[in-house]
Amino acid sequence: MLILECPCCGVKSEETEFHAGGEAHLKRFGPGSTDAEFEGYLFMRENKRGVHFERWRHVNGCGKWFLAARDTNTLEFFGFYPAQTHEPPQDIKDKISAKHPGWSWREFQ
Amino acid sequence: MSTRLSNGGRLVNKAKPVEFQFNGKRMKGYEGDTLASALLANDQMLVGRSFKYHRPRGIVASGGEEPNALVNLGQGGKFEPNQRVTTTELFDGLYATSQNHWPSLEFDVGAINTHFARFLPAGFYYKMFMFPRPFWKHVYEPFIRQSAGLGKAPKERDSDTYEHFYHFTDVLVIGGGIAGLAAALEAAQSGLKVTIFEQTHHWGGRAVVDGAEIDGKPADDWVKDTVQTLEGMENVTIRARTMGAGVYDHGYVLGYERLTDHCPDQDGPRHRLWRIRATQIITATGAIERPLSFAGNDIPGVMLAAALRDYVVNWGVSIGDRTVVVTNNDDAYRTAIALVDAGLSVPAIIDARTDGAGPLADAARAKGIRVEMGKGIAKVKGGKRVEGVAICLQAGEGAVIEEIKCDAVAMSGGWSPVVHLWSHCGGKLIWDEAQAMFRPDPSRAPTGDKGQPFVAAAGTANGNLRTAAVLEDAVAQAKAAVKAAGGKPKAGKAPAGSDAEEGAISPVWLMPQGAPIQLRMKSWLDFQNDVKVSDVQLAAREGFESVEHAKRYTTLGMATDQGKLSNINGLAILSDALDQAIPQTGTTTFRPPYTPISMGAIGGEARDELFQPIRKTPMHGWHEANGADFEPVGHWRRPYAFVRSGESVHDAVMREVKNTRRNLGLLDASTLGKLIVKGPDAGKFLDMMYTNMMSTLKPGKCRYGLMCNENGFLIDDGVVARIDEDTFLCHTTTGGAERIHAWMEDWLQCEWWDWKVYVTNATEQFAQVAVVGPNARKVLEKLGGMDVSKESIAFMEWKDGQIGGFNARVYRISFSGELSYEIAVPASQGRAFWDALLAAGEEFGVMPYGTECLHIMRAEKGFIMIGDETDGTVIPQDLNMEWAISKKKEDYLGKRAQERSYMASPDRWKLVGLETLDGSVIPDGAYAPAPGDNANGQRNVQGRVTSTYFSPTLGRGIAMGLVHKGPDRMGDVIEFTKGDGTFVKAKIVDQVFYDKDGEKQNV
Repeated sequence: MLILECPCCGVKSEETEFHAGGEAHLKRFGPGSTDAEFEGYLFMRENKRGVHFERWRHVNGCGKWFLAARDTNTLEFFGFYPAQTHEPPQDIKDKISAKHPGWSWREFQ
Repeated sequence: MSTRLSNGGRLVNKAKPVEFQFNGKRMKGYEGDTLASALLANDQMLVGRSFKYHRPRGIVASGGEEPNALVNLGQGGKFEPNQRVTTTELFDGLYATSQNHWPSLEFDVGAINTHFARFLPAGFYYKMFMFPRPFWKHVYEPFIRQSAGLGKAPKERDSDTYEHFYHFTDVLVIGGGIAGLAAALEAAQSGLKVTIFEQTHHWGGRAVVDGAEIDGKPADDWVKDTVQTLEGMENVTIRARTMGAGVYDHGYVLGYERLTDHCPDQDGPRHRLWRIRATQIITATGAIERPLSFAGNDIPGVMLAAALRDYVVNWGVSIGDRTVVVTNNDDAYRTAIALVDAGLSVPAIIDARTDGAGPLADAARAKGIRVEMGKGIAKVKGGKRVEGVAICLQAGEGAVIEEIKCDAVAMSGGWSPVVHLWSHCGGKLIWDEAQAMFRPDPSRAPTGDKGQPFVAAAGTANGNLRTAAVLEDAVAQAKAAVKAAGGKPKAGKAPAGSDAEEGAISPVWLMPQGAPIQLRMKSWLDFQNDVKVSDVQLAAREGFESVEHAKRYTTLGMATDQGKLSNINGLAILSDALDQAIPQTGTTTFRPPYTPISMGAIGGEARDELFQPIRKTPMHGWHEANGADFEPVGHWRRPYAFVRSGESVHDAVMREVKNTRRNLGLLDASTLGKLIVKGPDAGKFLDMMYTNMMSTLKPGKCRYGLMCNENGFLIDDGVVARIDEDTFLCHTTTGGAERIHAWMEDWLQCEWWDWKVYVTNATEQFAQVAVVGPNARKVLEKLGGMDVSKESIAFMEWKDGQIGGFNARVYRISFSGELSYEIAVPASQGRAFWDALLAAGEEFGVMPYGTECLHIMRAEKGFIMIGDETDGTVIPQDLNMEWAISKKKEDYLGKRAQERSYMASPDRWKLVGLETLDGSVIPDGAYAPAPGDNANGQRNVQGRVTSTYFSPTLGRGIAMGLVHKGPDRMGDVIEFTKGDGTFVKAKIVDQVFYDKDGEKQNV
């Protein structure tokens, strides 16, 4: 059972207080998108062994969604950041780069 | 025979005899006995039959690693199968029976399998039972189910109680041997919070049996002193009878405390599950001795060398008068010495090594014990009991040199550190060639939330077999753990340990090394699952080269013991067969729990009324007092029907439908979800959430809406009321309020975070009553306070005001097709309002109705129900609900998905009404077969029933269903399965069975 820290209310707590919401930084495609774009949005996931960006909700706490950077292999969390962003903040990226040089995630690295 | 010795037994209290029963036989033991030691003291060597060949099996070990001696324990509400006798403490009145035999333990018909062993090789079940295919279901499977299986499942409800316990600690030490105690003491001296667990009820592990010295005194004394010191420290939690069951992410640990297993008459919970967060964990879990693989090593009387020693030293029980010791290391010599010291005979020590034995061998020789170097056991003689051994050269092929009469064999193939807890959360292992063992690789420990290592192995569990090294390692690991947990280790040295020097082990995976097939077929690797050396070799030949595949194919290391004795020997044989090094083969995955824990402990207090909170409406008390037959809907309990005396549930439902259609019905609709969506962008937001256009709804009006997910599938429906320019109230399904609230929050927080909208769940703030039927208006007019005429509040409108003195919000919506008002009042007024409606309604024939009546009435009207007509694969278009999908909107959740080719296909199953030709009710969920078979040889289908009821209004069965191109086939008759091999014919009709033009609801 993981330990997470909610960047909204600052509470550090057990996984039972949170709810996982799949991969982060998905770009929504709606009407007008091609079949390939829409398929990518609905079904294609990075599913990485290693550096992973994911959505969490502090469901039994402040109720806010937030994002997390985690190593799925070692379970290390590199950091937690608000959901209202398209890319992780630089300090978290730097922390990841220190341990995983050359990592990448869809459009950014 | 095995018997109690007149002397010895450091754990038994001979002043306190205890009586127990095994297979109906009364036996005697002492306080401090385990069931294993007591059975052996009563010469009950035979305790069970093996899984596949039903071979006689005796006790092999003295601890949690025991593979054979599993029994049914207790009776009635205390019955539990698969209990290991070695970890069962004896108590007065204990009742045990053996399992996996028929008709009796002594004579088992299934034992004939052993003579057909050559026809039952690895993977036998996979190969044999493939063809002919129908035989599997009708012949093979029933037979295998009859004869397979270890214990039987309990029949009665568990009469014990269990609890969970939350615990936080800086340093958790698992294991109460000398390593664990030394580590705990060292860590505790730093002042940090320290917790130490020992799975048995006695401390000290092997050292106290083997006679090591610590700080110049016997280990036993040092252990007693240390336990006493730890018990006196405020920052230390110390528990015996508590096992570290599993290590999980970020320092989460499950502990399993057996509180009253040894004294079942005592009050209180039987087991306690410790749910622990530990900053640092030290696993001081010791090691398990490995068996040797020689022919007949499963015959009762062949035992692990250290276990034999335990029975003599700890419980004063001898396994036999004459014990042959067979070994590849020095430790087993301790057994020979202990036996001779106890006055027993050791005819020979058979040592597979050609040389290299240390001072223990000299000590054994000095006691007059014959030592045979470079020899092995060709085969053990005997059936239900060891009668002798045949000796051969270890380097040879098993030619017998000599036979030695004996009634017990003590075997030792070396020691494997218990690395389970280290490995549970990702700790890796290295192969230690010199000691022939896997041990933890300290550079690849399990890591925590910051990437920091949080588990360290200490002592024997870390690959240290000598007392001095064990203590030094334990203290060093404890100092490191204290530092890592943010504390300051105290300066000081480890206690000084001393024991006998030992010569090097020489790995022996097969005895003799050139054993022919006849011997390999009798050389057991896994006693519990009947896997032999020959089986693993066969698996390798047949291509099961991965250790995980070989495990599943042969069943090596499966079931309750998870290969604690067999794994290393098995993978060594596999490595040899594949001609590769042992570390290249690797181990199978270690998964928690370490040994099985009770289901009761996992459940804890969560049973009966504490299993799950039940949500109750303000009117729940009235329902209970008036015959409600409740059904669960989400966490709610809703009345299915209100049953009157002399009525069946079905009668009640029929009466409720008729009365609501003719007079007046009341439905407690409080469970309906009520979400308030508010803000300048609320309309725009709801346009995205619903398929309909909600932004154009006028304040004071209601609109029925559908919600889909991004896959296009329906997820919820309900009536939306616009309260004012900025505010909407969205009704959801009863189970859906929390889910849809979270769904809205997700989109608002993560996608459209710049939209100005708040959502709150007001479900429990209101009690809601549907007042339904031709007399609905009359009762409200009688209560007075609001003009409820059609002119004042038309169908699909709402109004705030007063009804009978209650503040009320009145919605004119109908799920029944009748004139209907849904009235919300503050939850605190709910019961009073309900009572007022019942009193005022008496002259109008009022009757409350339940959910089944609601269902029948909505089905008569052809209204869909989320979860009946939908199942997560149904889009609104399948339900002919294009009318609820806005054509004007550019976007809504699910719109793009509904444009995908498969969704837009004309071949989809669509909703229709179904009328049986004979008027009967089609079974729920019935399928309509179509001509021909599909690619899998299964019958094609063309539709299925989604809702089906007997309609008292129409006096016949009605149904809705999804049928291939259904709406284009009106009037066609198709068949539905009845589940008993017969079919029922039904005509495809319009889904609205009652009041097609909606005149009744619109008055």
